[in-house]
Amino acid sequence: MAEFVVGEDGIKRYLVSITVNGIKYTKVVKANSLLVNFLREDLNLTGTKRACEQGDCGACTVLLDGKPVNSCMVLTVSVDGREVTTVEGLASNDKLDILQEKFIEHSAPQCGFCAPGILMSAKALLMKNPNPTEYEVREAIAGNLCRCTGYVHYVEAILDAAAASQERKDGKNG
Amino acid sequence: MAKEFSYLNMKREYSYIGKSLKRTDILDKVTGRGKFAADLKFSNMLYGKLIRSTEAHARIIKIDTSEAEKLPGVRAIITAKDVPSIKYGLSPARYDENIFCIDKVRYYGDKIGAICAVDEETLYKALKLIKVEYEVLPAVFTPAEAAKPDAPQIFEEYPGNINTEIHLEFGDVEKAKQEAYYIRTDRLQGQRTLHGFIEPHCSIAYWEGKRVTIHSAHQSAHYLQHHIARIFDMKEGDVRVVLPYIGGGFGGKVDISGLDIAAVALSKITGQPVKMFYDLEEVWYNGRARHGMDMKYTTGVTKEGKILFVENETILDGGAYTGLGVASAYYAGALLTVLYDFDNYRFDAYRYVTNLPPCGAQRGHGQPHPRYAFESHLDHIAEDLGMDPIEIRLINARKANTVTPNGYEVKSYYLKEANEMARDASGWKDKKGKLPVGRGIGVGNGGFVTGAGYCMYRTDLPHSVAMIKIYDDGTHAIVYTNAVDIGQGSDTVLTQMAAQAMGYPYEDITICTRDTDLSTLDFGAYASRQTLMAGWAVKRAGEDVKRKILAQAAEMLKVKEDGGYRFGKLTPEELDCEEGIVFVKQEPAVNITFAEVARAYFVKHGVLIGRGYYHPGKLGGTHKGAAVGTSPAYSSATQVAEVEVDMETGLTKVVGTWDVHDSGFVVNPQLLHGQVHGAFSMGIGETIWEKVVFDEKGKVLNGNFAEYRLPTALDMPYVESLVLDTFEPNGPWGVKEVGEGATTPTLGCVANAVYDAIGVRISELPLTPEKIWRALKEKEAKEKGGK
Repeated sequence: MAEFVVGEDGIKRYLVSITVNGIKYTKVVKANSLLVNFLREDLNLTGTKRACEQGDCGACTVLLDGKPVNSCMVLTVSVDGREVTTVEGLASNDKLDILQEKFIEHSAPQCGFCAPGILMSAKALLMKNPNPTEYEVREAIAGNLCRCTGYVHYVEAILDAAAASQERKDGKNG
Repeated sequence: MAKEFSYLNMKREYSYIGKSLKRTDILDKVTGRGKFAADLKFSNMLYGKLIRSTEAHARIIKIDTSEAEKLPGVRAIITAKDVPSIKYGLSPARYDENIFCIDKVRYYGDKIGAICAVDEETLYKALKLIKVEYEVLPAVFTPAEAAKPDAPQIFEEYPGNINTEIHLEFGDVEKAKQEAYYIRTDRLQGQRTLHGFIEPHCSIAYWEGKRVTIHSAHQSAHYLQHHIARIFDMKEGDVRVVLPYIGGGFGGKVDISGLDIAAVALSKITGQPVKMFYDLEEVWYNGRARHGMDMKYTTGVTKEGKILFVENETILDGGAYTGLGVASAYYAGALLTVLYDFDNYRFDAYRYVTNLPPCGAQRGHGQPHPRYAFESHLDHIAEDLGMDPIEIRLINARKANTVTPNGYEVKSYYLKEANEMARDASGWKDKKGKLPVGRGIGVGNGGFVTGAGYCMYRTDLPHSVAMIKIYDDGTHAIVYTNAVDIGQGSDTVLTQMAAQAMGYPYEDITICTRDTDLSTLDFGAYASRQTLMAGWAVKRAGEDVKRKILAQAAEMLKVKEDGGYRFGKLTPEELDCEEGIVFVKQEPAVNITFAEVARAYFVKHGVLIGRGYYHPGKLGGTHKGAAVGTSPAYSSATQVAEVEVDMETGLTKVVGTWDVHDSGFVVNPQLLHGQVHGAFSMGIGETIWEKVVFDEKGKVLNGNFAEYRLPTALDMPYVESLVLDTFEPNGPWGVKEVGEGATTPTLGCVANAVYDAIGVRISELPLTPEKIWRALKEKEAKEKGGK
């Protein structure tokens, strides 16, 4: 457990060290700090959205050590020493992730508020299962609510991204 | 008689429209760069929340804020005494809402005041310290309770708690009754639902001298500006509204929310930017979503199934205030006559106020429930006559170039063709009546206005204006319009239209929207209006630019002196411009780039600007309330759904859906299909699961996404979205709406499919497993009893 100090206000504050999108941040956070607020307020990474604040909608989905979590349900203190990836960390040096490319091609998001969460859930799926079935894709994003799209273009885009990365891999091997 | 003009199958090819070009905002949306209201931060910003009532109907005796004020970090607390006592709303005849309740609260969650503090944590702590003392009054939670003679009166101005009463008759219903071969009555109920956008409302305001700037998750920069100016007695020019990306609206971000008003008031008092925000449950209390409706239809038909008359009585649960509710009540009856061609129609409606959150507009405004009810009713009539459901729709579908009995002029309209296409695509003939027990197929029709014919308040302003500015060296263009992209893709569609109108590359255009200082008037995203109305303004602005470019180019281009198609000086009429190249139509080899011409224009005249303007003019309908429902153009649509019902548990799964839209010329097919997919998703949710539930005190019981169930990716069926090739003469390049119209047939077609699957009609939405299970048990008991 991280070290803590108790301030004049009686609130415990912890010294945490968290790697976000490859950068290590050392910060003092309140005991009740939620990961979603830490990312949005302390690190200004507002790509991660805050909506239901109780783990229902998935808009705040990020990867924690490669696994998708609702960051509104995670205490920042519990992430000490671990690795977080947000939507801002998907592209590297302005090279978009294949999922982002396919989201663009299929015009997957509409209002786009749920898009970062869906991207992260899809990323976690493809890391674990590079060749998912349509059902597996639907299952992987079932915790991400979207009111605009009926998920149709999202599902198509994720399947297409999986197929494209398989092709690229095969191309490289062959 | 003039030969009837058909707007079918007019297939045309263009450079930039009719194509699924990449969304203008897509990179922002897949990288997390795009800013929504809650993502904005300003230095020294405070955080604010509304203080909400914890009684449904009560007199406010005392508001004690002293403990909260003592909490370090609390900056200001305001109640009714600190703000103007003016009433506001969206329908001028029913401005009935105070900024904060003055004497009494009218629903659990009503606005009592607002508070701001240095951070969210302090804010929530302070909210708990505010004590409100009430004298509790008896409350009413249903129209039936509200209508009782001894019911408590919620508003002085609405005796009997009747907020809106409508009695309209067209043709002669009594006479038609005498002529009818068959008459049937059905009564069905639609429930109170919620828009279900994921982004809760958020509004940030700050003052600079006499001017205030508001950044809000809102569907209309103009109405927000207009109403804030009115409420605070300011000039509209002193109110700047800037809308960031909007996380969905569906009608729920059209009203002026308490957040907008409180942010303006609190930032004035504190001199600091104030961010007001709802948490998700407060979105339920903000309400303004679909009315609960109780609908009775009596219809008379000929032996062949032709509709002779319809009598429609609808009762709406309005909740506590009006908002857009007057329009909702009129819409509940206005558009049936557009869908089906019959002469005699009676529409009676009562919108009651109750002590629940106010209802307003939700995607398809006032339409989806009546469509559900009438489409169910029509299926029963077909069944009674021994007809196929699609057959009765084909007989009664309205045709193009007609006028409805309530005076609406309908130009392009191909509902019959939509039914035929949906029938064939869904394999209807092989399925209807041939599916096993527990599996069913159903059809539903719908459609919508393409923009409201009138502004929400009385004005002579045009509905949309646009401006296009070409950069000095001609290498880029900026399109200005305050049409609001709430996800539907209007920024993209309007940029495509600008490119087409100017003959200028799409990728070299940026759209500047959602800012009343920087961009130009448009009424915003509601009533499915922007593709047509903002589309006209942008098209005309683009054509204005093109006119100037061609005139300038005529001075610069010279036809070949040897062997050219003619000698002498060129005129602008001989030129055209496509994809950034100006050329002589008869001799395209003689050309020059748009950019070169634009630069020459700039050197000679200064900035190159095109201007466009749109006003629908006077539209059809002369009766009281004709302003609701009259429109330059009407879309139509047929949907078919196939469902599987678990006969043991009553659980419905929608397995296949087909939509055929008569949407006019389609500017961006990918975006159109996206609208249809989303409409099915919302409609399926509303048919099977969704309902806002309250306890006996009027407190929302399912104000979260765990208990108010939106469809997930696992719930969504196969969706096939098909488009009829039609052309609307009142739309730029022939366009019509899709966004709201696509929601209107869904409830009816899914409900009809469930009926087909289980053989019992459940007359109240949503069709939950429990209701289906009970209905099946009752049916079983009845059948046993009958034997």
